[in-house]
Amino acid sequence: MKATAIHDRYAAANAIDPSLRHRRREHVLMMMLMSPAVLVVFALLIVPLSWLIMQSFYADGALSLEHYRRIFTEGIYWNTFFLTFRISVIVTLLALLMGYPVAYAASILPQRWAMLILALVILPFWTSVLVRAYAWLILLQRSGVVNQTLIASGLTDSPLALMHNELGTIIATVHILLPFMVLPLYATMQKIPQDLVQAGASLGGSPLHVFMRVFFPLSLSGVLAGMTLVFVLCLGFYITPELVGGGRTVMASMLVSRNIQLYSDWGAASAVSVVLLICVLAIFYVVSRLVPLERILGAK
Amino acid sequence: MKKRDSVGVSIRSVSKRYGGTTALDDITLDIEPGEFVSLLGPSGSGKTTLLGALGGFVLPSSGSVWVGDQDMTYMPPHKRNIGVVFQSYALFPHMTVGENVAFPLRARRLPKSTWPERVRQALAMVELDGYQERGISQLSGGQRQRVALARAMVFEPRLILMDEPLSALDKQLRETMQIELRQLHRKLGATIVYVTHDQREALTMSDRVAILKDGRLVQIGTPETLHNEPEDSFVASFIGDSTLLPVTRVDAHRVKLGKLTLHSARPLPPHSELLLAVQTEKLLIDDGHHEAGVNRLHCRVREIVYQGDSLRLFLEMDDGSAISLRQPSHHMGQQKIPPIGESLTVVLHPEDTIVVPRTGCRHPAAHVA
Repeated sequence: MKATAIHDRYAAANAIDPSLRHRRREHVLMMMLMSPAVLVVFALLIVPLSWLIMQSFYADGALSLEHYRRIFTEGIYWNTFFLTFRISVIVTLLALLMGYPVAYAASILPQRWAMLILALVILPFWTSVLVRAYAWLILLQRSGVVNQTLIASGLTDSPLALMHNELGTIIATVHILLPFMVLPLYATMQKIPQDLVQAGASLGGSPLHVFMRVFFPLSLSGVLAGMTLVFVLCLGFYITPELVGGGRTVMASMLVSRNIQLYSDWGAASAVSVVLLICVLAIFYVVSRLVPLERILGAK
Repeated sequence: MKKRDSVGVSIRSVSKRYGGTTALDDITLDIEPGEFVSLLGPSGSGKTTLLGALGGFVLPSSGSVWVGDQDMTYMPPHKRNIGVVFQSYALFPHMTVGENVAFPLRARRLPKSTWPERVRQALAMVELDGYQERGISQLSGGQRQRVALARAMVFEPRLILMDEPLSALDKQLRETMQIELRQLHRKLGATIVYVTHDQREALTMSDRVAILKDGRLVQIGTPETLHNEPEDSFVASFIGDSTLLPVTRVDAHRVKLGKLTLHSARPLPPHSELLLAVQTEKLLIDDGHHEAGVNRLHCRVREIVYQGDSLRLFLEMDDGSAISLRQPSHHMGQQKIPPIGESLTVVLHPEDTIVVPRTGCRHPAAHVA
């Protein structure tokens, strides 16, 4: 009865306005085109994620909050999360300090220079993270190029401990995450009209004044986007801290792998992952109140 | 805002080359204090580059730019004290109207207590007092234009540059703003250099108009001079609505157009290749009341186009060349128009018979010099 009514309504609409029929057909087509991607996302993301969350609430075959209790009460977890956040903050700030001038240069230089700079930023992207981590190990080791250079230049007498510690982790992580800072910054800066800078100058603003009052404020959405991306990626970073940190700088992601590899405790590993995931979602939520999310993800 | 001392501008053989292309080619131009001068030319003529050289955004390859008695050729923009209104308005989107207008005051480190009053005065000049707290995105195109103007005036520059400031506005608003800009110019007394590609706008607003083509200054003069005594065929075709017809010299005041001899009130230019510039509004339909000395052209009506305020007649002369005439669309005017295909005699007064050399055809004396 009801189905007929709906059918009648469509028939009536079709009779009056053929454009509705076309639009409906377009919608169906869109759904069909999207369905493979939707299926993949569902099968490979939604299902495992649900399974992960469920698992985090199971201990010894029974429903329990044991894993979360341990995360929030045991010192080892607290220390690890604190260290993870501290490294992420330092890496994010260093990436900003180093990435901003690069993005700025690329945004004001002529096109071909900008392309060269961006190519240099993106090039390491195409090398495996593992290879880059090992490269840093070679550079930072006791008899590596960096230490040799420091000793040869007389800046230090004995080799510095640059790897298997927090410092090494930070150096390598900044390098690997730098493109995630530079690209959103460049995208934002490139859209700042040159007219505004010229106008600022013509109105009597010195280059520094124009930068501080006009260019920098307008680049802030890019700053926020880059910082968010780098921070979030750093929170869950695994290979680089594992290799360059040498197992002594334990970040949250390493807790996950250890719980599985050493203790085969899938529940505990899942709980750590869920806490990390919630942290990331919370950060995205707060930032999205300040800047539209599609800007951060580079869609706009 | 009080009337201030204005300052003259002197552009001395300025050239600008980008790689192999010449954007400005040896331009010399003197602008009187308090004068409103337009730079007029098609796109790519170098008018915006020349404005850039005045504003400090373009550094000339050679030559110098003087404002008052100061050489400003290589002075950075922020030290020039020149107000600039950009085509895009270039308002700072992250600031309110008030903050935008206060920007030059802040940049000059003027005491903060003086800002509100000066901002209020500048906004009052453009009739936007009370808009201080508004955001830029809340303003209409015309209002943005005014804010840009207020911001360029608030620090009382002696020279204001404007780069096609009205081109983004619709026709009606543009015409209102043209009149307002003129009045503002009179009130402020500042020297204004105005870039436009719209010849009507240039003629409406300016004391003098400089016509540029391919980076060269072709002619500078009052609107009347440009209209009545164009230097060559480029100026004649760019100013007004005219048809150019090749003619040959008969004597100092007469030319031959086909078999027809025409009188010109002005002495002919000495060049070898001459063109008659027939402006649509200077041709009149012969109703038998015109004096004997006028030039008479016999034509046939090819097409009549109704354009609201006027009718445009496309005519073919006996020798086949095409001219066109504009007739007011009032009833008396329309009555004089014969139907398509009929013949028609039009008159051209010797005072309106303008003969120009073909562009690029050199003045004979130039070869000597």
